[in-house]
Amino acid sequence: MTTINMTVNGKAVSGDVPDQTLLSEFLRENLRLTGTHVGCDTSQCGACVVHINGKPVKSCSTLAASLDGADVKTIEGVSNGELHPMQQAFNDNHGLQCGFCTPGMIMTSIDMVERYKAAGKDLTSDAIRAELEGNICRCTGYHNIVKSIEDAAAKM
Amino acid sequence: MSSGIGVPVKRKEDKRFTTGKGKYTDDIRKDNQAYAAFVRSPHAHAKVKGIDASAALAMDGVIEVLDGHQLTGDGIGNIICGWAVNSKDGSPMNMGAWSALATEKVRYVGDAVAVVIAETQGLARIAAEAVEVDYEALPVIAHVMNAMTDGAVQIHENAPGNQIFDWELGDEAATDAGLAGAAHVTSIDITNNRLSPNPMEPRSAVATYDDAEEHYTLYTTSQNPHVARLVLSAFYNVAAENKLRVIAPDVGGGFGAKIYIYPEEITCLWASMKTNRSVKWTSDRAEAFITDAHGRDHVTTAKMGFDENNKIVGFKVDTVANLGAYMSLFSSSVPTYLYAPLLSGQYDIQNIHCNVRTYYTNTVPVDAYRGAGRPEATYVVERMMETAARELGMDPAELRRINFVQSFPHQTPILMAYDAGDFPKILGMAQSAADVAGFAARKAEAASRGKLRGMGYSTFIEACGLAPSKAAGSLGAGVGLWESAEVRVNPVGSIEILTGSHSHGQGHETTFAQIVADRFDIPIESVNIVHGDTDKVQFGMGTYGSRSAPVGMSAVVKAMDKVEAKVKKIAAHTLEASEDDIVIEGGEVKVAGTDKAMAWHEVGLAAYIAHNLPDGMEPGLKETAFFDPVNFSFPSGAFICEVEVDPDTGETEIIKFTAADDFGTIINPLIVDGQVHGGVTQGIGQAMLEQVIYDDDGQLLTGSYMDYTMPRAADVPSYDVSHMEDQPSPNNPLGVKGCGEAGAIGSPPAVINAITDAIGNNDLAMPATPQAVWRAIQAAKPVAAE
Repeated sequence: MTTINMTVNGKAVSGDVPDQTLLSEFLRENLRLTGTHVGCDTSQCGACVVHINGKPVKSCSTLAASLDGADVKTIEGVSNGELHPMQQAFNDNHGLQCGFCTPGMIMTSIDMVERYKAAGKDLTSDAIRAELEGNICRCTGYHNIVKSIEDAAAKM
Repeated sequence: MSSGIGVPVKRKEDKRFTTGKGKYTDDIRKDNQAYAAFVRSPHAHAKVKGIDASAALAMDGVIEVLDGHQLTGDGIGNIICGWAVNSKDGSPMNMGAWSALATEKVRYVGDAVAVVIAETQGLARIAAEAVEVDYEALPVIAHVMNAMTDGAVQIHENAPGNQIFDWELGDEAATDAGLAGAAHVTSIDITNNRLSPNPMEPRSAVATYDDAEEHYTLYTTSQNPHVARLVLSAFYNVAAENKLRVIAPDVGGGFGAKIYIYPEEITCLWASMKTNRSVKWTSDRAEAFITDAHGRDHVTTAKMGFDENNKIVGFKVDTVANLGAYMSLFSSSVPTYLYAPLLSGQYDIQNIHCNVRTYYTNTVPVDAYRGAGRPEATYVVERMMETAARELGMDPAELRRINFVQSFPHQTPILMAYDAGDFPKILGMAQSAADVAGFAARKAEAASRGKLRGMGYSTFIEACGLAPSKAAGSLGAGVGLWESAEVRVNPVGSIEILTGSHSHGQGHETTFAQIVADRFDIPIESVNIVHGDTDKVQFGMGTYGSRSAPVGMSAVVKAMDKVEAKVKKIAAHTLEASEDDIVIEGGEVKVAGTDKAMAWHEVGLAAYIAHNLPDGMEPGLKETAFFDPVNFSFPSGAFICEVEVDPDTGETEIIKFTAADDFGTIINPLIVDGQVHGGVTQGIGQAMLEQVIYDDDGQLLTGSYMDYTMPRAADVPSYDVSHMEDQPSPNNPLGVKGCGEAGAIGSPPAVINAITDAIGNNDLAMPATPQAVWRAIQAAKPVAAE
């Protein structure tokens, strides 16, 4: 067992977890933050993406015990009362259907837009599609996800 | 009306999904919850000689290990196929026994033989590894064409030659005569590749047994919780229906894979009673690949004859379908009644015959996947039309056009009565949107860069809105395929709609509310949709076969008719007017042409207070209806795909994909477009990326997202989607036809027709991976002289 302390969505949390506990398990089972989803076992689908110290990471492939002191943000921590522009854009552009991949899509997309803005790069639709390589959606065909991200990028 | 029929209303349900507040089955945790892990066969075919659970049972935290002998000993029934299809000689289909936990034999890799119940999921899995099963391996049939060979091993004792049935539809003699007299006959051999549906949410179940009430509750990832309860009760003997509540909360996609009642749900329910604990099981992706029903897997030869005017005079199809190791719930209907009756396509064909033979193999059971039979039929018909056009030296659009059904209703020789459509108009819409006229110039420009451009068509029809109960019953369905609805107007005027349809991404909480807001002219915010819980909704047949709008919404409309009639009676009584003069608009129920009116909510209140109702009227304002369709609905469409192929690598890019559809009336274009985008992407996945592959030992080689290629964002284009609404279905009150499957049904042939057009070789199987395309290019090159 390992004792870990981290900040999740701005709140200090701690827990004693078996060494092999994945961050996704820690979030879902220990903290009951069930917005982070697990859709595969091989870190392909991206439904589990969260931000660790400001970077998008697949929480299904990250040991919780390796994150002592880390600052973690999950889908539950994205909105501050008002929906984040990315969340709003997914609603405005019908960027989700079943909703299962959506938390990971939104976490990936927020980072994507912020990164391109910080680098002063143009986030084209081709770039969005390339950046979504690690996130699989089975419902939308990506058309409206790309539109959602373009829309949010204009507002962020 | 800002949120009525036809308005692109943003989805009401999105907030919980975009903020991580969705409630899926795996998010549920019960008090006293334990975890199940299944002991699964590593062999594709083997005798089970013994199970030794002693090491697992000795582990701390292991509660119980249960096997198939205990399960069947407790009277849990075998899993059944609910659609009886007879062979053409009249004999019944050969349904092999399928126990939720195998007893004597395992028949595919993943077949469960035991279940471990433990305090944690991790522990349950470790303990499952410690259960020792003594197997005696048997010869394996991994591929359907090997199932029928002389001396092939028998997978089920009651299925000689591994055949399940040998079925036919249509007039063979007339079709043979048509082909014999044809001026030209085109023949094709095609395989419809085997797919895994892959909803992003893996299946999950949480079962609880209440020993005081002798009552079970099951949370499960289901597209049809009432059907699950019915089957669990009537066939699997888990519990009587009044002792079993099934709840399908938020469900993360289905695509057919979540229609069926699988061994895991049955076992979790039974195990919750055996252990007196809540029992949870959640599949991981690897487990999903070896337990979720697969789709497609047909091998077909087909011949189509044309007269000297290029009109079709006969169409003969012979199909072999792989149903896997056991017959899944609707497996028999997919390659028969959901397939062969669609072989007339959009064409006026007087002579059609289809023979279908189905076989067992040592693979995961095969059942409906988005489109279910109709994509397979469309692939045969539309590959045939394009191939024939090439052989006849005709424009493929023109060959289609001269063979289109021109008037409606149209009775095909293979069961279907097409109700309404305008195939030439849809094709024209697609051709303009795709700029067919400019294709030659684009092809030349691509050639100047050393690239090969191609264009392919698919003009398709579906039969949706499953299904008229009487017709379905006459064809062997074990259930009626109506839908039910209840409209509850509360005393404050807000409305709850209870529906047996189930949303797992389709947006029912918005679209069903739209038709209510439209009808009663009230804000959409005052309408809530209740679904997915057998304790709340009386009954329902669920969501599949593009049936929620044509059948589910129609039931809501029927119930609203009754509500409206009562509202008018109450208002007429209160306002001392004639019912015929009462109109409902602008949030009011009023006497037309006067200023006499009641607010909508005042009528609701009057109904419940009941101080002043017409004599003899029951209090309350709540009505129920069942809608049983009189016919299928027939959505149709024209898809045009334009591709560019790199001849050096075989890499293929979809430059433009145009989809023009006829879905009848459209309730919410935002949602309908989304259904098309997703369906087309799944079809492109089938055409270019996806394939379930077994090796000769029946081991699944494509068991993860590292091996099974799911379409990613960069694999597909943005889509050009348009709709024709001027031919509504005459067979339901809204004129809707259903839109959920069209994209997956129509797109694979459009893609393959485009690629084969580009490379000049018609012999190309799905999935058209770069390697497959490159090989086809090489095969088409003239052989150099020695």
